[in-house]
Amino acid sequence: MVPIQHYLILGAALFTIGVVGVLTRRNIMVILMSIELMMNAVNINLIAFSWRLGHVAGQVFAIFVITVAAAEAAVGLGIVIAMFRNKETMNINEIDLMKW
Amino acid sequence: MSVEQVLFYIFAVIAVLSALFVITLKNVVHSAVALAATLLSVAGIFLTLHAEFLAGVQVIVYVGGILVLFVFVIMLISVERAVHERHFNRQWALAITTALLLIGELVFVLWRGNDSLILAQAGDKAESVLGVTGNSQLVGETLYGQYLLPFEIASILLLVAIVGSVAMSKRKTQAE
Repeated sequence: MVPIQHYLILGAALFTIGVVGVLTRRNIMVILMSIELMMNAVNINLIAFSWRLGHVAGQVFAIFVITVAAAEAAVGLGIVIAMFRNKETMNINEIDLMKW
Repeated sequence: MSVEQVLFYIFAVIAVLSALFVITLKNVVHSAVALAATLLSVAGIFLTLHAEFLAGVQVIVYVGGILVLFVFVIMLISVERAVHERHFNRQWALAITTALLLIGELVFVLWRGNDSLILAQAGDKAESVLGVTGNSQLVGETLYGQYLLPFEIASILLLVAIVGSVAMSKRKTQAE
């Protein structure tokens, strides 16, 4: 049996990779993908604890996380399309309308 | 090593490597393919945790739904120009510092909380509860019984997201 620490380390690694992606990349599509990576890392932790504690609530919460991820992707991609129509760019450094 | 362990380590290595590809590759389409590899190997990890229903949901909703949506949007907006631009922003030093702080924090939490994880090591009890009963049935009963109100709230969230994304991405007509 795999020790639960290994699942937690995997989740932490995926989460950190997602954070680095959000902080360093300039392409908004890659930023949205990094957010999906972070949600997956959370799901791994939830399901690992659900299995080891013998309680199914963790899996139900993982379903809710997937729902939130789907809603976030729909709204995020709507913003990307609206933004691309107005500014013709995917580069977040050029989206500075509200900066002064 | 048992089959479960071998599968876990294979899937974990694939997941981390392709996640690194997601944030480093220059072309957005390549990033999307790497993300598909990550999501599929996370589904495999769910299988090693005996969450068969979640593994199916992961493949159908994430890879079949969300990722296809990403690829559609990438297809709608041009990628040619973005390939030749700079890919990383200028604050990468600050970003690396923040990431190192986060890693330190996570390592500290895992190290300090290691004793409390003994509770989660007892696998025998878990085998009997989650391993024998049908996983989909158990998840469904809990979702529609104990967690009915959060389920309805989640459906409202999805409705709001649908309306919001349609309102944002539709073109303004002459009448407006």
